[in-house]
Amino acid sequence: MAVRHYTNLTIDRSEDLIFGRAPHPVTCGHDLTIGAGTVYPEINFTLPPMEVTESTMPAVLDQYQKIIDGVCQRAVDLQVPGLVVEFELLPPMTIEPAWGESIVALLRRALDGYHDKHGLKIALRATPTDVRDGERPVRRRSGRYWEAMRDSFRRCVSAGADMLSIESTGGKEASDDALLQCDLQTMLVALGVLGARDMAFLWDEIGEACKGTQCLSAGDTACGFANTAMVLADRKMIPKVFAAVVRTLSTVRTLVAHEHGAVGPTKDCAYEGPYIKAITGVPISLEGKSAACAHLSSIGNIAAATADLWSNESVQNVRLLGGDAPVVSLEQLAYDCRLMNIAAADGADAARMLRDWLVRSDAALDPQAYVLTPDNVIRVARAIVEADGAFARSRETIAVTLDILREGATDGPLHLNDREKHWLDMLQMQLEMIPTDEEAAIKAACLGTKPDLVPGAYEIDDDKL
Amino acid sequence: MTETTDAPKDILANIAQCVQTGKADANMNIPMGSKGQPGVAEWVDQAIAKDVPPQTILAEGLMAGLQVIGKKFAANEVFIPEVLIAARAMHAGMNKLKPLFAEQDMPSRGTFVMGTVQGDLHDIGKNLVCMLLEGAGWRIIDVGVDCAPEKLVAAIKEHPDCAVGLSALLTTTMVAMGKAVSAIRESFPDKTVIVGGAPVTEEFAKEIGASGYAPDPSAAIDLLDRLQPAA
Ligand code: B1M
Repeated sequence: MAVRHYTNLTIDRSEDLIFGRAPHPVTCGHDLTIGAGTVYPEINFTLPPMEVTESTMPAVLDQYQKIIDGVCQRAVDLQVPGLVVEFELLPPMTIEPAWGESIVALLRRALDGYHDKHGLKIALRATPTDVRDGERPVRRRSGRYWEAMRDSFRRCVSAGADMLSIESTGGKEASDDALLQCDLQTMLVALGVLGARDMAFLWDEIGEACKGTQCLSAGDTACGFANTAMVLADRKMIPKVFAAVVRTLSTVRTLVAHEHGAVGPTKDCAYEGPYIKAITGVPISLEGKSAACAHLSSIGNIAAATADLWSNESVQNVRLLGGDAPVVSLEQLAYDCRLMNIAAADGADAARMLRDWLVRSDAALDPQAYVLTPDNVIRVARAIVEADGAFARSRETIAVTLDILREGATDGPLHLNDREKHWLDMLQMQLEMIPTDEEAAIKAACLGTKPDLVPGAYEIDDDKL
Repeated sequence: MTETTDAPKDILANIAQCVQTGKADANMNIPMGSKGQPGVAEWVDQAIAKDVPPQTILAEGLMAGLQVIGKKFAANEVFIPEVLIAARAMHAGMNKLKPLFAEQDMPSRGTFVMGTVQGDLHDIGKNLVCMLLEGAGWRIIDVGVDCAPEKLVAAIKEHPDCAVGLSALLTTTMVAMGKAVSAIRESFPDKTVIVGGAPVTEEFAKEIGASGYAPDPSAAIDLLDRLQPAA
């Protein structure tokens, strides 16, 4: 597969980084063009407490049927301009690819029905699970879990998915501990070396599964790294400045999907999406305040500032006063999108005013929000394209992020308490100790002590550990 | 650092202090500028040389230090990496003490068998619970992620006096948690089994027959103190 190298920004002025508009829109599903001026809701849902086995599959299908009927009907009632439905497979649905396939087929039939009957512009995203760490040590490129994933990609495509995504986890064997230890060096190697190499391998496979079909090779997310950091920071377990650095750092590995053919829209929980949009110009999906049903975040408004799809991340199918939770969630997204679209309809200045309110309402309160202001997005994205190769890019990303945070806390509006400031200094010291040479950095990360890591899965010879 | 006399109580206070700052040994430069000054390992050597009983060094030096950090963590005054550094410093002291205890005499609060249930690979929460329980004196048998009920039952057979902890993060693996509790109850009807994880609730714990639910590691420590008081 031809690899595309991004050496320039596609969006190089922060004024042009805005919700609803991406330089390279995509069209998929039933007449849905994403990134061409309208923000659409992307609804995601999951099962209530229940098992997924052969014998429960009829009940599982029943759940999805009820969810999709409720969601589509509400979309019609609220006259949404278009809708993306995401089906995130649960592990058993990927390990037994036929189960995932049957749910994709069910959703496809429902979406087709609502399009035919009501003219609803609609598309379906399927997201198989990265189940490769079901066996440990994690072989990644072989074994029954990898084979199941490949089969799942193909079955989701043939059953009618319009976009294929994944929350891939290459490098997690090293990153879990590194996150808890706030170990920047190992985090850099986990994302900028292991993660980036795994992404290249994986997204070539996803590209192959989509080739010649209706399905877009869409995009990945560093959820298992940066959102894990965000959850840990929200629970006050690790510093927020560290979570902010992990976020920007994760861009480099997520970008590899686009170097290997992914065209967007990126996955909703990828808060690295704005950097990806600035670099590649692909449309992005994001989630924020209306994903509070799924997780806490301190970037609920700012995330919407650059979104082309607006998502709820995930909600369990439980009954609420307003209706079933996915239906309620869709309603919230629909109103969020209405506001953004009406601002855009009033012209570029009005849209930017709304964008700036979304940005300013969050930016000063949390470093994870601060790194997402359009100016800072452009600054980080530029540092990435100006460096060569995933390792060098990762190192530069950390450096520029620490600069942004320090400047923001010293001369700018960013509020950091003393503990956070202390950790900013600690991270700077850690950065200065990270070798500038990739091989030396791999050695320094002591990957040999990670029991689940198979070096060959990342093209690393044992003697290089 | 405590005023340094070579009185055992001062040595113990210094051990506890070094555990809190994470200064495992003299070579470490944590806190900054402290390289060359004694750390946990050196203070434990001194305590041993002064004939302080190893149980006292463990309880009043090492564990006392880690308990302070555990409390600070529960009060959001320190982050996990700081707890980890303290735990590592405590281990530096434990390594000095180990040869002084016969294996079976290594004092502990009890044995805790902990795993994430079948089908679930989330383990960060589980690892934190293990770490903080270890800090509270429990001996941890971590049976990992994706634990079939048989694996848990086998671990309990090996450690018959243990308490058990189960973690689940997915709504679809909460069912596996129920199955795990049933399997444990079949062989060990009175076993203390506590459960936790983001989607788990007190009500759910009751429903599946668990002994109790804890929303976080410090609640797990308190819950175990209630369900299985120290001898
Ligand atoms: C015994 O006594 C006790 C007592 C207290 C206990 C206890 C036991 N166990 C825990 N506690 C308690 O103490 C701990 C410390 O305070 C706490 O533990 P927690 O684990 O709650 O907290 C940790 C310290 C931090 N929290 C976490 O680590 C979990 C955070 C979130 C974001 C999360 C993460 C990080 C991950 N994930 Co996952 N993940 C999510 C999570 C969202 C959320 N809101 O929780 C959740 C749980 N994941 C979800 C999903 C869908 C999935 N995940 C998956 C994978 C992953 C990663 C690998 C990427 C990563 C895990 C990394 C790891 N090594 O564990 C997949 C499944 C993998 C599998 N087979 O299990 C996948 C299926 C995603 C996919 N499509 O690939 C969602 C569940 C939906 C559902 N149906 O239930 C989810 C709620 C995210 C979401 N909003 O959609 C307490 O709960």
